Amino acid sequence: MWFFTHVWIIPALMALSFLLILFFGKKMPKKGAEIGIVFVGAAFVLALLTGGNWIAWSNDNPKGDGPAAEGAALANVDPSCSSVAAEAAAAGEAAEHGEGKKGEGHSKDAEGHSKEGASAATSAPLGESAAPVAATTSSAEKAGKEEVATRPVVSCINWFQNGDQTISIGTLVDGQSVLLLIVVTLISLLVHVFSTDYVHGDRRYTHYFAFLSLFTASMLFFVLSENTLQMIVGWELVGVCSFALIGHWWEEKPNSDAALKAFLTNRVGDIGLLVGVIVLYFAAGKSFSIMDLNILANEGEISHNLLLIGSLCLITAVMSKSGQFILHTWLPDAMAGPTPVSALIHAATMVVAGVYMVARLYPVFFEGLSISGSSVNALSMIGAITALFGAMLAFVQKDIKKVLAYSTVSQLGFMVTALGVGAWTAALFHLFTHAFFKACLFLGAGSLSHACHHSFNMVDDMGGLRKIMPKTFWTYLVATAALAGVFPLSGFWSKDEILAGTGSFPGTTGANGEYHVMLVMLLLAAFCTAAYMTRTIWYAFYGEYRGHGTPHESGPRITTPLIILASLGAIAGIFNLPAAFDFLPEGAQTRFEHYVEPVGLYFPAITHAGFNPALAVISVLVGLSGIGLAYLYFFKDAFAGLHGLAERNKVAAFFKNILVNKYYFDWLYTTVIVGFVKGPLARAANWFSANVIDGTVNLVGKTAVGSGSWVYKNVDQKVVDGAVNGAGSSASGVGAMLRLTQTGRIQQYAALFFAAVAILAGVFVVVIG
Amino acid sequence: MMNFLNDWGLVLTIFLPLAGALVMMAIPKQSEGAIKLVALGAPLAAAAMGILLMLNFDYGDSESLQFMVNRNWIELINSNFILGLDGLSLPLLALTLFIVPLVVIYSWQHVPNPGNPKAFFTLMLILETAMIGSFLAQDLILFFVFFEVTLLPMYFLIGVWGGEQRRYASIKFFLYTLFGSAFMIVAFVALYFLAKAPTGIALEQLRALGGSYADMQAGDPLRSFGMQALTYSGAAGIAKTTAIVIFGGMFLGFGIKVPMFPFHTWLPDAHTQAPTQGSVILAAVLLKLGTYGFIRIAIPILPVAARAWAPIIGILAVIGIIYGALGCLAQTDMKRLIAFSSVSHMGYTMLGISTLTAFGLNAAVFGMVAHGLITGLLFFIAGSVKERYHTLDIKRLGGLLISAPKMGWILGFATMASLGLPGLAGFWGEFPAILAAYEPAVGLNVALFRTLMVLAAVGTVLAAGYLLWLYQRTAFGTPSEEFENDPNITDVNKFEWLAWSPIIAGIVILGFFPGLIFNVAGPAVEVIARTVGG
Repeated sequence: MWFFTHVWIIPALMALSFLLILFFGKKMPKKGAEIGIVFVGAAFVLALLTGGNWIAWSNDNPKGDGPAAEGAALANVDPSCSSVAAEAAAAGEAAEHGEGKKGEGHSKDAEGHSKEGASAATSAPLGESAAPVAATTSSAEKAGKEEVATRPVVSCINWFQNGDQTISIGTLVDGQSVLLLIVVTLISLLVHVFSTDYVHGDRRYTHYFAFLSLFTASMLFFVLSENTLQMIVGWELVGVCSFALIGHWWEEKPNSDAALKAFLTNRVGDIGLLVGVIVLYFAAGKSFSIMDLNILANEGEISHNLLLIGSLCLITAVMSKSGQFILHTWLPDAMAGPTPVSALIHAATMVVAGVYMVARLYPVFFEGLSISGSSVNALSMIGAITALFGAMLAFVQKDIKKVLAYSTVSQLGFMVTALGVGAWTAALFHLFTHAFFKACLFLGAGSLSHACHHSFNMVDDMGGLRKIMPKTFWTYLVATAALAGVFPLSGFWSKDEILAGTGSFPGTTGANGEYHVMLVMLLLAAFCTAAYMTRTIWYAFYGEYRGHGTPHESGPRITTPLIILASLGAIAGIFNLPAAFDFLPEGAQTRFEHYVEPVGLYFPAITHAGFNPALAVISVLVGLSGIGLAYLYFFKDAFAGLHGLAERNKVAAFFKNILVNKYYFDWLYTTVIVGFVKGPLARAANWFSANVIDGTVNLVGKTAVGSGSWVYKNVDQKVVDGAVNGAGSSASGVGAMLRLTQTGRIQQYAALFFAAVAILAGVFVVVIG
Repeated sequence: MMNFLNDWGLVLTIFLPLAGALVMMAIPKQSEGAIKLVALGAPLAAAAMGILLMLNFDYGDSESLQFMVNRNWIELINSNFILGLDGLSLPLLALTLFIVPLVVIYSWQHVPNPGNPKAFFTLMLILETAMIGSFLAQDLILFFVFFEVTLLPMYFLIGVWGGEQRRYASIKFFLYTLFGSAFMIVAFVALYFLAKAPTGIALEQLRALGGSYADMQAGDPLRSFGMQALTYSGAAGIAKTTAIVIFGGMFLGFGIKVPMFPFHTWLPDAHTQAPTQGSVILAAVLLKLGTYGFIRIAIPILPVAARAWAPIIGILAVIGIIYGALGCLAQTDMKRLIAFSSVSHMGYTMLGISTLTAFGLNAAVFGMVAHGLITGLLFFIAGSVKERYHTLDIKRLGGLLISAPKMGWILGFATMASLGLPGLAGFWGEFPAILAAYEPAVGLNVALFRTLMVLAAVGTVLAAGYLLWLYQRTAFGTPSEEFENDPNITDVNKFEWLAWSPIIAGIVILGFFPGLIFNVAGPAVEVIARTVGG
């Protein structure tokens, strides 16, 4: 419990690290890197301890019946953070003790988790209009399995007050946030170590580490957010760190352009974030609390339309942050930053913030998009399109980091699709495994470029590095296989869960809907993934070395993180082996689902697709055929007719052009839209100010001065000149300063002013009476 | 202590700077040291006084006026010398007391051409007195006098120490504001003549307040300029259409000061031509007189008219947000760009005000302080850049991060703060204002305000655009040949650090502890929102 209520220490450590590096980093022997490593190491240890405690805590979850237990499970939510959760907890407590209004006599019955029990627990806080159906189905579904409810720990303090309304800031600890705590601190630690070698001797070494710390702090702050307002803060802070790190080498214009593009594209998505959070704030009865929002959405207390609007707005934010079509264009450009940054921010952590947010506010999306029992919705569609079209773009890239960037776009599409089809755990599990193998691939690409004169052009400057850089090669190969979904590496397990989660494959049981289109698109995307990754292996590691100089294997500070990440990428699948594997000892299956996925009032009653052996075989075959065809094409020079097709065939050239130009999104955004706003539109606005408004002003001014001098000459001087002369002479006595500007104008204005007042007052009295 | 503060606290805070100005008159022009000492000492004394007041302020009762002073002043028109400090005035008082000493510190080595520190600082001290007075005055005529007195020192600051087109700019500034003031004073006078004593409880409250004459009965003419008295009377006796017209007069007076679209064109000229110190004070404090006037005077005194005007204010505010941002994109001069950004930022403040809700008004108060700090800092930096490069033409700048790295970082910080990055002060003026527009005061057109909300959110993208493009062109990249080895281009100096670091700290602190302002202003604006029925 101590770890859960004091979890704020982890982001606070990283924030402290940022300040220390900023102020003292340059004076340290290792220029601040040591501060970062020590702090992120400590953060990692604390995160692991929190994780261990969470497992112990979850094992102690009270085994109770349905809604009463679900309400009681919220007892560790600080009432000052979430009034709704507090009421539910109190009601759950009451029902548990047989004191509920209707629950009396029923709660101990065999039907304790039936409708009556449910309404006793939920209707007390939520009113008679509460729809207990969701809670009932949830409890029924869970009851068959485990009959425990997750006990999230929410703590908060008063952040600020608006009149009598309190807005809090705090932490929400449950399986989901603990998972990200561990992933973020672990990858961050490895990236810190990697960077000490990789950016060694960089012109802004200290600043680099300072921003790594700030990023880690912001990301952890975001992950632990207790309310949506706090989420916005974290969301934007990670964005600004990303901006600073993409533009790390800002002397060159393309880098600063990429940084600006990333920030501005994300700002476009942020419109959705701001509006979505506002809509949901009012929907939840003027509360930012995630608990309030989730419980109310889950219980059907918020109108479907509001949830739909809110979720669609938030999807825009997901599109920008998590690189989904059509706001994905910034992510490949973001590779302009140092490679470890790409691994940490633009592959493993920050870009999954969108996925994380959807998962965190899942009841909103689940109800708003009617995910259950459906076959298509905005979220799954965007995800599937991104997964497929992103993977296709990866084919035409020469730059190895760009291949990986599009691969990240595509894999994020997998996660978003998973959330869209109701496969919550699959999405989070893929986030988890992807973090390892994709970070490994990026760091591997960094290691390659470190050896090849800082070039990332695998087509022209690499090749044949298999023998020279064995450690890099093997780790890269393992991570590639994991990404391609080769059995039994981690990517296979998580991807298979997503595919099964679409519920489309014949014979799949327990899925939330039947998302046929998504399954087809994801299988195609999986095929492309396997193929383009084989292509990078070919260009980077096989054939002859095409670059300059003599490449060499990187040092231990680079290869050790690679080995750790590749190992994790290989074995992480064991954390969520399918429930169908009942030959395994108890407690070996679905551990991830068990500890990470919440059960209770603040989470929808999702179901879990069962493991389908046929689908698993097909998905492996798809992956292998992608690898196989690419192998034949690149390694064995098969399909000779296809080589250079784009040069000979107009249709092929047309499609290749579309891919090379990235579907013309960049042209549309940069040239058309931004060009128009910055150019003609801005100039028109300025012209309007300078000519129309100011023209009027100057005209009025001239007329006024004209009539003012008339008044001055004819009224002022003749009528009250004595008084004015006196004032004038004393004014001129003040000094040279006054004489400098005083050309009689002030008196004119004063005269004009009082004349105007007199006239207006007269008009006023006449008009008003 | 409390007795002393109750009697003299506010008066001393207002007039200590003026006393400093008088002392300075006696110092010979040659002894610059003594002049600067007085110039710094007087605002610091006022600030010390302000701190004492803030320490003794009853924050649990921040909706009522404290340390009140009420003396007869112009008996002929029953205008009294009423001062008071509540949760609405306090943040703005603090802002003024905070900024002026920093401006003086910055001026230590930077008295602009044609020099003459004595005159320069004298004007600044007079200006400070007028600004503080405006935020503390609780009588319309007293407010008006302070409001107008701010004009003259600023007119001279721009006209004497300004840039090449200072003449045009200073006159434009002066006339524009005066034009609005004319309507404003007419509106005040009309209130004096038309407001009547209320009935029932309100009358009792009015009597308890001392805002009535001896035998006043319900329905009698009120004959008062007291803001509280007028608020309690609830514009009784004024027909709705009349109230709307009177509000219109105030709207012109305050709206020009803010400035709201389409009355903003004085601002870019004034800012561009003003000396750095003038720009900072103008942006940090003077613009807030307009928004403050709306919240303190126009809305509570004429709630019915405020509701009628709210949609127009909201629409103009959002036009200002978008239009100001577009204007920024077209600028080639750094200082002019920052000036235009004020039009956009004050749009958020006005949007918050137009919702007439507690959250919206609270956001507006926060927005005023945040904009004061952030834009003040931006103008400081622009001034220092100008001093080093002798130009602010964005095309010729570049590579500031290489030539003067610390200044480049501070510019980056200010840029991020200005585009409303959460965690820094700017965010809390923007986001809650947008939020409040989702659910404006009861009776206002919800569909309209939700449209405004979305447009205002779009404005945040444009803000990021113009600010980051500015930063990219000035700070990123490498210095042009022209300035590559210019020995003039040095990094942040001692005085700049002294002047800027408190502002930077303030921006960060307010960003993480928004309660420092929200909690203080909240109760005060909630009373106002309740008056309007929001």
